[in-house]
Amino acid sequence: MGVPSQITAAALGVDYAALAPLLILFVGAIVSVLIETVLPHHRRRPVQLAVTLAVVVLALAAVIVRATTGAADVVVLAGAISVDAPSLFLWGTLLALAIPSVLLLADRSIEPGGVFLPDPEALAAARDRVGALAGGGSDTGRPGAGGSRGGTGSGDGGPAPEMHTEVFPFVLFALLGMLAFCAANDLITMFVALEVLSLPLYLLCGLARRRRLLSQESAVKYFLLGAFASAFFIYGVALLYGYAGSVRLSDIAAAAAGPLRSDTLLFGGLALIVVGLMFKASVGPFHTWTPDVYQGAPTAVTAFMAACTKVAAFGAILRVFTVAFGTTALEWRGVLWAVAIASMVIGTVLGITQTDLKRMVAYSSVAHAGFLLIGCLAITPAGLSGTLFYLLAYGFTTIAILGLVSLVRGGDGEAGHLSGYAGLAQRSPVVAASLSFCLLALAGVPLTSGFTAKFAVFSAGLADGMAPLVIVGLVCSAIAAFFYLRVIVLMYFSDPAPDGPTVSLPGPMTTVAITLGVAVTLLLGVLPTAALEWAGAGTFLG
Amino acid sequence: MSPTNYLLLSALLFAIGTVGVLVRRNAIVVFMCVELMLNATNLSLVTFSRINGNLDGQVMALFVIVVAAAEVVVGLSIIMAIFRTRRTASVDDANLLKY
Repeated sequence: MGVPSQITAAALGVDYAALAPLLILFVGAIVSVLIETVLPHHRRRPVQLAVTLAVVVLALAAVIVRATTGAADVVVLAGAISVDAPSLFLWGTLLALAIPSVLLLADRSIEPGGVFLPDPEALAAARDRVGALAGGGSDTGRPGAGGSRGGTGSGDGGPAPEMHTEVFPFVLFALLGMLAFCAANDLITMFVALEVLSLPLYLLCGLARRRRLLSQESAVKYFLLGAFASAFFIYGVALLYGYAGSVRLSDIAAAAAGPLRSDTLLFGGLALIVVGLMFKASVGPFHTWTPDVYQGAPTAVTAFMAACTKVAAFGAILRVFTVAFGTTALEWRGVLWAVAIASMVIGTVLGITQTDLKRMVAYSSVAHAGFLLIGCLAITPAGLSGTLFYLLAYGFTTIAILGLVSLVRGGDGEAGHLSGYAGLAQRSPVVAASLSFCLLALAGVPLTSGFTAKFAVFSAGLADGMAPLVIVGLVCSAIAAFFYLRVIVLMYFSDPAPDGPTVSLPGPMTTVAITLGVAVTLLLGVLPTAALEWAGAGTFLG
Repeated sequence: MSPTNYLLLSALLFAIGTVGVLVRRNAIVVFMCVELMLNATNLSLVTFSRINGNLDGQVMALFVIVVAAAEVVVGLSIIMAIFRTRRTASVDDANLLKY
């Protein structure tokens, strides 16, 4: 945006080729909404799944074509979106992570009918209205604490209940928001993108079929805290607008380098924006929603959210720090040191005390956010490429772990509790081995992607004079290794409880998603060169 | 009147909204306080637009209004859903997920 005199025809000319991934997703999301209204209920799922996957793959192809043909970096839409090398890497990462996420969301083999079934009561009421069935599934009372086991899973002769296919347009819109968020070149675009990515996620969290109360509670918590954090973000935007007279990132940097203005507005605005961004990235003291939402949301949604939101949020953090505040870094970096240390310590210490695997993954993500922040604070090309690589590696590992978690099931849904993992290696050696491998990757053991990623980020931090921060990071990694290894020891060296949870046989879609996650984790650990080169292909364009 | 007064008013409204989010228990009231924070921001944006002498701030205020409307749709539907299963909209009662 600019004052009218600055808007020339050239600035408004839209570079469709550069924007192709965003446009494909946008059109795809709208088509997906239309399918939802036009097609009959029982035909929607296969069509929605095919459309969603096709849209994501097409967008990914567009990103890869642009990255490999070496098109010049451009700022499009009158400075709103910057299509540069980091943007392309982040877009590629997000879309690549979306494919296994969508497969996990669509799977119906683990839970009959899929994770997103309508409320059993509403279903029963609908059946009563139709009068097609007598007594099928209507025997559930009001759901008690801890969720109800509806009568939906039984083959009671009626038509099998169909999943909520609304999840597919939600995922596409959330992805669109994420892509726009990490490429946004001015703060108001960033704010709108933040909301476009958040609103579908709030709804997705509340759609679980089992343990409905937990799921809805997580949605309410995520929504209220998320709205609170975005209010801080937009107030920060207002202050920075007052400071610079523009919300374009490069204009803020130019204003900061120019004649003296109110530091209160600049740093007040930065602080408030950082609160909003750190909240989305679940960093340090702004992480309070993370464990509850990770645990309460359906596991497939947790996988999508954990992997993709982190990528988008850290992409935006990198861009804001580098482009808008790179020149004033000396003045604010100290405060963010404290945030990074808080994040690493909170994630590690509270992670040790967890007894639920999904909550443990959540606290581990808080610790990882601290490590990622080290890379963001090193405002150097090495810090940039290290952080980008870390995001790619972390995303695939997290999706694989959460996919594996969804396979271990007790009497009423996922086992979750760590005691359910005792002796898992005897029940299912493959699942236990894959889970161990991914946990080792999170711990940062060599030959996994986690080691390469941590090495890249820590060495960038060290080179930029942040030795104390890196030492805290190393100590925290060592402590965090304890709670990852504890799960592995539990799986291999204890006896399974006789009435313990069983391991479901995954359907093809979950199998593909998990295999993809594990394979990328291994590949990035053994042969990281290509990905590291792509991550370091260029820097931000203001 | 100096435009600074409007900035102070906006900061005050934002602070009231923040305190409201922190102390109120009913999810709807908490949400209303968030809306108050967003509207305080709008006042800031419009005032800064006047001080800076360009229109960007007013345009941004319109964006914020639209986003706030979308947020109301999603927020109220989530609060409705939890109210239906729990028969209460108190955020203190939603306490199954902890530790």
